[in-house]
Amino acid sequence: MLKIQNLHVKLEAEDKPILKGLDLTVETGKVHAIMGPNGSGKSTLSYVLSGRDGYEVTQGSAELDGVDLLSQEPEERATEGLFLAFQYPVEIPGVGNMTFLRTALNAQRKARGEAELSAGDFLKLVREKARALKIDAEMLKRPVNVGFSGGEKKRNEILQMAVLEPKMCILDETDSGLDVDAMKLVADGVNALRAPDRAFLVITHYQRLLDHIRPDVVHIMADGRIIKTGGPELALEVEQNGYADLLAEAK
Amino acid sequence: MATEAKLRDDLDTRLRDAPRGGFTQAARVAARARLLAMGLPGRRDEYWRFTDPAELNAALPVAAEDPVAEAPLSADGALALRFDGGRAGPVPAAPAGCDIGLLGAADASDIHWAGSIYGTLEASGQMPVKRPFAALNTVTATEGLLLRVTSGKPVVQVEYGVGSRDSDTYLHHCIRVAEGAELTLIEAGRAGARSNIVIEVDLAPGARFHHIRAQGRDADRRTITHIFARISAGASFKSFTYGENGRLTRNEAILDIVGDHAVAHVAGVALGNGAVQPVLQDDTVFITHGAVGCESRQVYKKVLRNGATGVFQGKILVKPGAQKTDGYQISQSLLLDEDSQFLAKPELEIYADDVKCSHGSTTGAIDETALFYLRSRGVGKDRATALLVLSFLADAIAEIEDPALADQIVARLEDWLGLGEAE
Ligand SMILES: Nc1ncnc2c1ncn2[C@@H]1O[C@H](COP(=O)(O)OP(=O)(O)O)[C@@H](O)[C@H]1O
Ligand SMILES: [Mg+2]
Repeated sequence: MLKIQNLHVKLEAEDKPILKGLDLTVETGKVHAIMGPNGSGKSTLSYVLSGRDGYEVTQGSAELDGVDLLSQEPEERATEGLFLAFQYPVEIPGVGNMTFLRTALNAQRKARGEAELSAGDFLKLVREKARALKIDAEMLKRPVNVGFSGGEKKRNEILQMAVLEPKMCILDETDSGLDVDAMKLVADGVNALRAPDRAFLVITHYQRLLDHIRPDVVHIMADGRIIKTGGPELALEVEQNGYADLLAEAK
Repeated sequence: MATEAKLRDDLDTRLRDAPRGGFTQAARVAARARLLAMGLPGRRDEYWRFTDPAELNAALPVAAEDPVAEAPLSADGALALRFDGGRAGPVPAAPAGCDIGLLGAADASDIHWAGSIYGTLEASGQMPVKRPFAALNTVTATEGLLLRVTSGKPVVQVEYGVGSRDSDTYLHHCIRVAEGAELTLIEAGRAGARSNIVIEVDLAPGARFHHIRAQGRDADRRTITHIFARISAGASFKSFTYGENGRLTRNEAILDIVGDHAVAHVAGVALGNGAVQPVLQDDTVFITHGAVGCESRQVYKKVLRNGATGVFQGKILVKPGAQKTDGYQISQSLLLDEDSQFLAKPELEIYADDVKCSHGSTTGAIDETALFYLRSRGVGKDRATALLVLSFLADAIAEIEDPALADQIVARLEDWLGLGEAE
């Protein structure tokens, strides 16, 4: 599904290399986790994959089902089925959550040559998905993420994912700032979306999210590279010993 | 700029053309003297540094392209009338408690209720800042609404047309709302190739006045408007202006709060795209707090692109003794490119100690993080930008109290942004 080869990325403004030859392959239907210390480049990877400005790819490639991602606009990547759940979801005052979601869904449908959803059908769809995530109607009416608690913002990200039905979902520190109950709700939402034709890349600093979203494969990232890949037991190793041993081992 | 002799000649011609012996005569003569004393403005005048008055000063207007046809702003049950190039259409039959007349028809009569308003609020609004084009209007205008509400809540809907391609239109509306009565005034369209509109509003204690105005989408507009209001105790004045493009648009609001616990809100949204013609959009506001416990609010937002210029000059003056004043002012611009500019001059002048006044002015670009967030959900760049413009304007739009009118303004806005077909 997602194939990243020898990816080198630097900050446009500062000429500072951040990703330094990253290789990663995520197979269809699988859940991969990336763990790593702060500053190792995890968010940068998620932004570069989804097309944020400010980064320059100096080497390497990233493909989604054989389609080159890096040459596309962010909206094109979304239409291809890529979704990033933001570490810090953005507040947009004055734009209703529903308007935002419907605009996004219909823009994608239109770009794929599908019919746009009517207001009525859309409402039905969102209500159904929102119920599963315990998002109430009031939250849907409010402006995008404005006045949402940390947990509400993250649930709203998962709601968008549920409505847009992407095939490749990247979750950047979706557990950060959440208490255990909120995290469970988010994890349940993600687990409900697991499907044979969908893959996940779950980025996290801590192991605890992975108790709820069980990964098939765990990668350890440090200084812009994947330094180790293993099964779920790798996450437990980090939990018990921290990153120090793994980092030392890599050197 | 016209020389003084030329101005004098010109004013004399205008006075000759105006009705003689009517209830406005004394006000016209006084306005002529005021204007001769102050002269027409130039770029050196403090409040004309950002906006070049040359096209307003010119003896004759430049012929203008026809305005883009637009649906009028409308409200259910409104009393509708038109002015085309300054010429009034038929006057609708007014319900009890509402008296609608025309300046053109009443001007010759020597006694009229509007006699205590015409040119009077304008004259007192000349201190401390000169408003020469308002004085010129008082000298010149031969048509306008004379609107008096003594009870009830009428809605009056005025639609403007240009009349001809080189029309030079002067309209002067006089409004009085009696104690406990309420008036909604809607204005839409462009009144001339060049137009100069003065509205004088006298609000009795407890009166309520809502004003909503849409200045058309056409680019070829040169207009100056003034609203002078006298706001008595417990009265409420609310005015909202929506404008698109326009070569030169200057809207002045001069609000005099004279009674305790009164409210004055003015707000505006202006969208300027200088791609086809230059755009200059200027809001100049002066609010005087002369009583205790009053609240004033100024909320102005401008979205500018392709070299458009936005100007905001807003002042709050709190007179001695006007304690417990709550004055708020915000002016913000969103520049969609680096060619456009926003020039702001916020001012506070406070002579009372127990007041709460704040002002803020910002100039910014589209938030890149928010833009990326929207695009990452599949929304194309143009549409994402448009949504962020709506987001930027939201709290100014929220100043419109009537939801049906707010919807009509939002529809125009979405149309301008190319979002029309989405909803
Ligand atoms: N826009 C930016 N400006 C400056 N530094 C940045 C920017 N984005 C990332 N960095 C730097 O790049 C490194 C990796 O950051 P990031 O991708 O956020 O790491 P992680 O998500 O793993 O904590 C850090 O040293 C961070 O300071
Ligand atoms: Mg991060």
